[in-house]
Amino acid sequence: MRPFKYVRASDAAAAARAVAANPRAKFLGGGTNILDLMKEDVERPNELVDVTRLKLSEIKAASGGVSIGALAKNSDTANHPLIRRNYPLLTQAIVAGASGQLRNMATNGGNLLQRTRCQYFYDTAMPCNKREPGTGCGALEGLNRIHAIFGWSDKCVATYPGDMANALYALDAVVRVRGASGRERAIPVGEFHRLPGDTPQQDSNLAHGELITAIDLPKSNFAKNSYYLKVRDRASYAFALVSVAAALELERGRVKQARVVLGSVAHKPWRSLEAEAALVGGPASEESFRRAAEAALAGAKPLAHNGYKVELGKRAVVRALMRASRLA
Amino acid sequence: MARYIGKEMSRVDGVAKVTGRAKYAAEFRAPNLAYGFIVLGTMAKGRIREIDTREAERAPGVVRVFTHLNAPKLGPKASTEYAPPRNTREQDKSFRALQSDRIYFNMQPVALVVAETYEQARYAARLVRVSYDTERHTTDTEAVRGSARAPSQGSPPKPRGNPEAAMKAAPVRVEAEYRIPVEHHNSMEPHAAVAAWEGDKLTIFDKTQDVYGVRAHLATSFGVPEENVQVVSPYVGGAFGASLRPNYYPALTAMAARELKRPIKVVYTRTQMFTGHGYRPYTIQKIALGAEASGKLTAMIHQAVHNTSAFEEFNDNTTGFTRQVYACPNLLAPTMIVATDLPTPTWMRAPGAVSGMFALECAMDELAYALKIDPLELRLINYAETDPESGRPWSSKALRECYRLGAEKFGWKDRKFEPRSMRDGRLLVGWGTATGVWGAFQRPAIARITLRPDGTAHVTSATSDIGPGTYTVMTMIAAEYLGLEIERVKFELGDTKFPRAPAQGGSQTTSSVGSAVHGAALAVGAKLLTLANQDASSPLKGATASDVEMLDGRLRLKSDPSKSVSVAGVMRLNNLSEVTETFESRPSPERQKYATMAHGAQFVEVKVDPDIGHVRVTRAIEVTACGKIINPKASHSQEIGGVVWGIGMALQEATEIDHRYGRIMNPNLQHYHVPVNADVHEVETLFVEEDDKVVNPLGVKGMGELGMVGIPAAIANAVFHATGKRVRELPITPDKLL
Repeated sequence: MRPFKYVRASDAAAAARAVAANPRAKFLGGGTNILDLMKEDVERPNELVDVTRLKLSEIKAASGGVSIGALAKNSDTANHPLIRRNYPLLTQAIVAGASGQLRNMATNGGNLLQRTRCQYFYDTAMPCNKREPGTGCGALEGLNRIHAIFGWSDKCVATYPGDMANALYALDAVVRVRGASGRERAIPVGEFHRLPGDTPQQDSNLAHGELITAIDLPKSNFAKNSYYLKVRDRASYAFALVSVAAALELERGRVKQARVVLGSVAHKPWRSLEAEAALVGGPASEESFRRAAEAALAGAKPLAHNGYKVELGKRAVVRALMRASRLA
Repeated sequence: MARYIGKEMSRVDGVAKVTGRAKYAAEFRAPNLAYGFIVLGTMAKGRIREIDTREAERAPGVVRVFTHLNAPKLGPKASTEYAPPRNTREQDKSFRALQSDRIYFNMQPVALVVAETYEQARYAARLVRVSYDTERHTTDTEAVRGSARAPSQGSPPKPRGNPEAAMKAAPVRVEAEYRIPVEHHNSMEPHAAVAAWEGDKLTIFDKTQDVYGVRAHLATSFGVPEENVQVVSPYVGGAFGASLRPNYYPALTAMAARELKRPIKVVYTRTQMFTGHGYRPYTIQKIALGAEASGKLTAMIHQAVHNTSAFEEFNDNTTGFTRQVYACPNLLAPTMIVATDLPTPTWMRAPGAVSGMFALECAMDELAYALKIDPLELRLINYAETDPESGRPWSSKALRECYRLGAEKFGWKDRKFEPRSMRDGRLLVGWGTATGVWGAFQRPAIARITLRPDGTAHVTSATSDIGPGTYTVMTMIAAEYLGLEIERVKFELGDTKFPRAPAQGGSQTTSSVGSAVHGAALAVGAKLLTLANQDASSPLKGATASDVEMLDGRLRLKSDPSKSVSVAGVMRLNNLSEVTETFESRPSPERQKYATMAHGAQFVEVKVDPDIGHVRVTRAIEVTACGKIINPKASHSQEIGGVVWGIGMALQEATEIDHRYGRIMNPNLQHYHVPVNADVHEVETLFVEEDDKVVNPLGVKGMGELGMVGIPAAIANAVFHATGKRVRELPITPDKLL
């Protein structure tokens, strides 16, 4: 890889200041994504600010919900009793991702910031506006079986590949960040990632130098009826073709509240308010779930090789809701 | 009676491997070692216009940057225009890097950066700037299949009978096209070489299945006698055919070492492996079967087209085994090739066979459904009692036993014929079967045994052990026939200082090298008998070599073990510190009277989630008839590995090429999927042993390839049975089942 400066941050403020001061600096968490990308010459930071020693790994009960430290490991988060009991959807989503070894290394903050798995992004000999703005999108008319069916632009058709964020979105989580000036703000997970538009090089709405400190989960009524479904090319250790985070609050067989978030279909976790509206007030039944699935995929715009994601997405939504409501 | 042969034996090299003592090519060190990193090109066809290495040369630690401008010409013709080999049999003319400005394929090596450390070399490699004059390229086999032609080597196989007319006349016909994408071997160990020269003598540590092949290639490359080149390759972390031919990196590494007068190491990255060693070619197969209503085949027309490179012919012989599987009087089965601007394909586990049998065995399943005959029954109806191609008898063939045993173990009689007729809750259950075949090959091989008076033996032959357990099986054979405890036998391989053995490919190592070890052990016994009988009081007087055997330090009469001499005693009497015999085994002429093949039957259960298209291979039973099993433990392991390979080929593996750029877009294990543990469920492997005195003295046939041959077809057939959907294009991913 290219030579870079390594700095170990002593506290969150210093870390944020260090990165903010250098436009080519990046935070280093578990390193499971950025180090790979640096070896492939895709990421070229000239400074890494290691935040792994910061005391941001606590998982604790907070104001009716749970606050998860940004540096808590994915494994520890998935296995924490508070998460397992109150947010099983999150446990399922995390465990569906990567491998045991990677989850032991990867941090929650880093998981949110993992970059796309688009093949053109990974190959520096290929055009990619996300990697090198202005070079074009290789996938738009190239191999795009794993690419977006929602929200893409002619500049970028990549997807956000993660699992954890889809569940967090369904659980109304909020990302806490801290800027170089010390200013803290809270970004709802749904507004954390962004669509590519004309600037696909920007994955998220974080400002340069803003450090994720925690992810807050509000009290949830979804624990009883939620399910994370991941459809992929092999049983484990593969990114999703389509995934669905489904969460229902049921009252006497009717849906009081619903969340339907699709993964690997857009540049960000893709929540379907249309599907949720179709569900709320209706019965928890396969027929109702089918209507919701139709609504969820109605606006899809598939590319040459990913038309299957529309049908697969519908079926995955139905299946996830059936599982969530324990009908299947 | 046998002490070792046929008994379970753990790998003799197992402890060395799991403790890290086993050294693989990239782990060898040499004083003053420098590291080379390969720079790959970024277009598919044309010429290098300019290559700017100045920035790379200025980078820290860089020793030199080699390009076609400053690399010496390698090979017999030191011309500026690289003269490519015509076909893959011309081993010594394999593709060599940096020989001209010509680009034949995308991700072709265009420079080698040598630096003091690997990291420095890799970093500087990014600083090499290359510009090209591009020409129109073709990498899509589909687009050029119309210009496919017969391979130039050998005459195209003649049709049998009158296939066209018979097909027209057949009361029942099926016809379909099958497709297999480019696939890569993806062995765990990346290819690597460490090369060091002393004067005009070269020592190279390489990952190879064929040390003598690499030696010939390097001797020709550098114009030195073969004896000047020593190739060392004691351990190979999987190869599957990717190290059968000399790849371009050993000569590149040795070239840099010679120019810089210091040892050089080059290791492929995973990405570099995708254009660094060949691949299973993209294969399109059109197959038609004609049959009587009884199920009897009357015509088979199986036409394969696969790609090769623009500069070299590779023939996968896709349809080769189609001629020998079923009794059928009318047959046409050509394999055609077509040039593409990709690297040359190569042999990949079960080359040709698994591709051809995927099409043939799926077509047999289609025919079974057209006829409404049980798929297994259809195979029995068309059982080839003698070789349909030559008319010769089989040296042995227990395929019928394999079908019977597999069906019984699997519970095939409970299968419901109709597709979508079996369920497990929401899941669709499918049962599929297919036949596997592979040749029982043997090639000349030489082994040397040195027996010492202390009852230890040193056995050598320059074969390879890419994972099947060759170290173990050769040790077992030597121990058996020398009559020694296995701990007292040391077998060594993978070095040109040892006697010549063929490449470890084609499932012929135990038959070839095992026969040589067996022969050398008998030769040691014969030598000892001669020595013993120089003593007038020898109790073995009058005995011939075939009358005696060795056991626990004694040479004794088979018919009367009480008549024996001490091996150590004989050596002492003759003032010998050792007895060494070298033996070359050759295929016996007797084989010519027979057809020699190994067979197997595969039974697979899949469970398909009909909503999301996910396929799980929940059960696989593989029954194999491949002669005598020497080490059941390693043999089962081989066949289980074959099943896993079959699962990968059927459901996951595909090298994706963006034809606009002629570039492989998934050259890594993130995007190129192979099975993980969670994809592999119940796998049971069984052997039906054959007593075959013809194939070779040990009665063994190959099994390494055989284990996967029928699996992709069996899975595809099971998927059809489960879903009613016939997927004719591998891999069967969820999107194809919606």
